[in-house]
Amino acid sequence: MSANAPPMSAPLSSAPDTVSDRLRKRASRHVKERVIEFILFSAASISVLTTAAIVYILVSESLTLFEHVSLWDFLTDTQWTPLFDDAHYGIMVLLSGTLTSSFVALAVALPLGTIIAIWLSEFASFKTREFAKPVLELLGGVPTIIYGYFALMVVTPALQSIWPDLPGFSLLSAGLVMGVMIIPYVSSLSEDAMRAVPMSLREGSYAMGATRLQTALRTVVPAATSGIASAYILGISRAVGETMILAVAAGMQPNLTFNPAEPGATITSYIVQVALGDLPHGSVGYQTIFAAGLTLMLMTLCFNLLGYYLRKRFREVY
Amino acid sequence: MTIATDVRTQAKAEVQNLNFHYGAFHALKGINMPVHEKKVTALIGPSGCGKSTLLRCFNRMHDLYPGNRYDGKILLHPDNTNLLDEQVDPIEVRMRISMVFQKPNPFPKSIYENVAYGLRVRGEKRRSVIDERVEQALRGAALWDEVKHRLNELGANLSGGQQQRLCIARALATDPEIILFDEPTSALDPIATASIEELVTELKDKVTILIVTHNMQQAARVSDYTAYMYMGELVEFGLTDQIFIKPQKKETEDYITGRFG
Repeated sequence: MSANAPPMSAPLSSAPDTVSDRLRKRASRHVKERVIEFILFSAASISVLTTAAIVYILVSESLTLFEHVSLWDFLTDTQWTPLFDDAHYGIMVLLSGTLTSSFVALAVALPLGTIIAIWLSEFASFKTREFAKPVLELLGGVPTIIYGYFALMVVTPALQSIWPDLPGFSLLSAGLVMGVMIIPYVSSLSEDAMRAVPMSLREGSYAMGATRLQTALRTVVPAATSGIASAYILGISRAVGETMILAVAAGMQPNLTFNPAEPGATITSYIVQVALGDLPHGSVGYQTIFAAGLTLMLMTLCFNLLGYYLRKRFREVY
Repeated sequence: MTIATDVRTQAKAEVQNLNFHYGAFHALKGINMPVHEKKVTALIGPSGCGKSTLLRCFNRMHDLYPGNRYDGKILLHPDNTNLLDEQVDPIEVRMRISMVFQKPNPFPKSIYENVAYGLRVRGEKRRSVIDERVEQALRGAALWDEVKHRLNELGANLSGGQQQRLCIARALATDPEIILFDEPTSALDPIATASIEELVTELKDKVTILIVTHNMQQAARVSDYTAYMYMGELVEFGLTDQIFIKPQKKETEDYITGRFG
């Protein structure tokens, strides 16, 4: 640190400023540096420690569940009835609900989000963009409980009017609304990535006689791949972790199905149901939510790692 | 103003009374000059004199940004099309006039796809045609021998000089009538610069070249005609030898001899 600083040549007249005086100053500076360093370190540790604590709790509580239920049953059983006398603990059932609703949501959010990002970044005028982007981001700020009721009260009846067989709770309508909620996450980040593509690359494309659309699709999007991939990963993580919309509009019956037109429980909506229910703490049924939470966390961890890999693999090379 | 008359060549393009505005800023003032066919014409002058602005009028690059206005004409021969006419589609203009930029800007694609880009945006789908044109263009840009075994590698993996030759190949692949060079060597080392200059000299057998340079030695080395610009005006245009040895105007002489600029 400052120990290596070259000695400053003091003018001869300032006799009181002896070597020991300067050393003292350096020592006090050193203490100050250490204090600041400690504060910064503590701030950083809070988030790391929180994550570590969450993982610790999830793993240790899950382990008590796995004393009663074998891991094999947990992964392969096709029923999820932890609260019944004939208890089954097949996480696949909840996983199927999570995957199905996420798939519906992403089928809406990824294409629409990408198209919106391309329009905002390459086609919209400056004024339009300055207006449209904040409005779009507002979509992401609406509390998800409101989306949930919107799905239940508006989207489901609307779908039923064209498709009368659709049940009152369905993964489809929850997924569709969830997709709308995720659009701004995808579009905003993708647009940032596209706008970061240097103008010189666009000029190169235009100079070759390309149209706007050709420039957008053949040059800007490939150049922004890593940022767009990150946006997708964030969208996927949001879909997998979304709770309220599904709890309200998808029904909470555990149901092993990949058919979006059926009701179903997801990992998240099951956790809400149990955590808010009247199950005694410490019972096997209660322990299941930790195992479910751990599964969810492992999933999002996988997506984050995938995002990290994609960012490295397709890092911007312009 | 002196316009050199050279009976051996015809004008490929003619700038007639061109004025250009960036919003309220009058960037080009009444420019008149010819661009001779299959010759190299250099635009020189101090920073901010409008030489790049003039170059970018030729392929309507200014259309990409709002608030720019052209007045006057740039006629492209033999069909006498006014490139600046609002009825003329800028994409059509850019199909006929290619450009190489100051900083090499290869697309985030393979070497092959970089060169094929112009053909692909024109809708060319036949693999054999694209293969042939890509090879021709890379040979034309003196890059073929260096990259023929790694056409699928990213263009960005090449060295700076190779990237710039890749951009030249990209411009050549579509068989343009004019190639615009905007200070093509200002981001390159001396050896890469020499190879680009040599290439420019070779290319003029096939294509008309307009080059902006801040380097007067470069203009003297590669060009047949030189235009000296200052403050948005064309001060002097003539044969390069004449401009550098016996300029007609005092301002040109001051700039050439380094007393100014």
